[in-house]
Amino acid sequence: MYAQMIKSEATQDDPEKLAAFQARIDAGEKIEPKDWMPAGYRKTLIRQIGQHAHSEIVGQLPEGNWITRAPTLERKAILLAKVQDEAGHGLYLYCAAETLGVSRDELTEMLLDGRMKYSSIFAYPTLTWADMGAVGWLVDGAAIMNQVPLQRTSYGPYARSMVRICKEESFHQRQGFDIMMKMANGTEAQKRMAQDALNRFWYPSLMMFGPSDKESVHSEQSMAWKIKMNSNDELRQKFVDQTVPQAEYLGLTIPDETLAWNDEKGGYDFAEPDWSEFFDVLKGNGPCSVERIEARQKAWDDGAWVREARLAHAAKKRAAKVAAE
Amino acid sequence: MSVQGLIRMGDNTLVLGQRVSEWCGHAPALEEDIALANTALDLIGQTQLWLGLAAEREGQGRTADTLAYHRDAWDFRNLLLVEQPNRDFGATMMRQFLFDAWHLEALKALTEHEDAEIAAIAQKSVKEVTYHRERSSDTVIALGDGTEESHDRMQAALDRLWPYVGEMFSTDNDDLKDMSALKSAFDRYLETVLAEATLSRPDGDFAHMGGKTGARHTEHLGHMLATMQVLPRSYPDATW
Repeated sequence: MYAQMIKSEATQDDPEKLAAFQARIDAGEKIEPKDWMPAGYRKTLIRQIGQHAHSEIVGQLPEGNWITRAPTLERKAILLAKVQDEAGHGLYLYCAAETLGVSRDELTEMLLDGRMKYSSIFAYPTLTWADMGAVGWLVDGAAIMNQVPLQRTSYGPYARSMVRICKEESFHQRQGFDIMMKMANGTEAQKRMAQDALNRFWYPSLMMFGPSDKESVHSEQSMAWKIKMNSNDELRQKFVDQTVPQAEYLGLTIPDETLAWNDEKGGYDFAEPDWSEFFDVLKGNGPCSVERIEARQKAWDDGAWVREARLAHAAKKRAAKVAAE
Repeated sequence: MSVQGLIRMGDNTLVLGQRVSEWCGHAPALEEDIALANTALDLIGQTQLWLGLAAEREGQGRTADTLAYHRDAWDFRNLLLVEQPNRDFGATMMRQFLFDAWHLEALKALTEHEDAEIAAIAQKSVKEVTYHRERSSDTVIALGDGTEESHDRMQAALDRLWPYVGEMFSTDNDDLKDMSALKSAFDRYLETVLAEATLSRPDGDFAHMGGKTGARHTEHLGHMLATMQVLPRSYPDATW
């Protein structure tokens, strides 16, 4: 899940219009860019889609960290294709956000100056090759949990971008699991890398769903607007139930001594992540928070002359065309 | 047919693909990031074909991966141009443009090679490299013509890389084709693009040599290989 702690905006629109809007959503209609929408709906969506787009872009960095060291030509090609997909997801999402009246450049500036966030998971480092497996298996796995239902979200451009994204994400998750299988069935050193990756990524993956519903004050309005489809706890439970048997299959140990099957609820009982760590990460104190924004800032600054030159060249070409006509 | 000639083709695409992939997540705009990753991906795919065929023809039980990951710099046969560091985006795209302009001519010539497998790899690669050349040419034109700053950066990049152009047209019996025969087509294309980009062809034709023969690579290649080969070299028993 790439959208965490999205504050939903109170809305002060005309009650009649609001009721008609809610009725459309309840009837399962899609809201399109030119339709009337409450100011709060628009603002909340910009925040949510923007955070999702930023996560795709920042998310290139921990994986890009291993492209140059991928251990076979095949693995290098797969990882390149995956990271290219992620940049593409960022592009669809920025386009979806643009339909709400905010430009990609404005969103980028908000990321860089800290007004907007990206998913907490990408503030963690990728330290061994097994992390490429763990990111695909756990991080993309958690993202899919959230994004599959978002294909039915009420805002048309967002829902449609999710359809394309979900197709690619399931390939990403499979390639991650494939890396984990090779590592978990490999040499002693590879097994050690695989277990270490699971140890480091388990709790940060659980954090991706956001804090417990009991503490999530913004969920109700977003659920009514169908821009949030399931509760955080519901998705987290589903993720744990799906992942535990996969870890067993790999012969790896989930780093949670309290983990146990609960017959009554038909799911696993498991330990909560350390939420104080989560809030530290959101405040910019994740292990790689500073590096991630530094890298994006540097790309933005170093690229300024290129963006300006492209605009200048396009303007000259337009002028020449007009002169020729 | 020379195994060395196949290795030369594969090492060019491998080393340039590796260099281009260093950009991942750091490009000036999202569209550039996607295009760079796409170019790197094509080049790595071509590497698998060239080095795969080289290993097969050599018949010593090696594979494309053992050639890529278990040779030292002195056994690499890529052009010095492609091991040049990325520097800024302008230098990266100028390097790409100079290489693409040569690469497309070389591949076109190889589509008529008497060895059907070589011709097939060239045929497949021509499609991808036609797009690479189109994109790098458009970029060189846009940035050459864009602003005063971008013009100066592109001219500086061209001047800096110029001594690595001549090696592309040096040739010997190991090459799959006579590479010197490609020079006039390259020169014509270069002239058209540079004119539109308002850039000047540097004076002189001094050329550094030693990449494609392996006699003397630059200092940059060893660092690149140290990064690229670290896992297979550190864990020789592992499969990935």
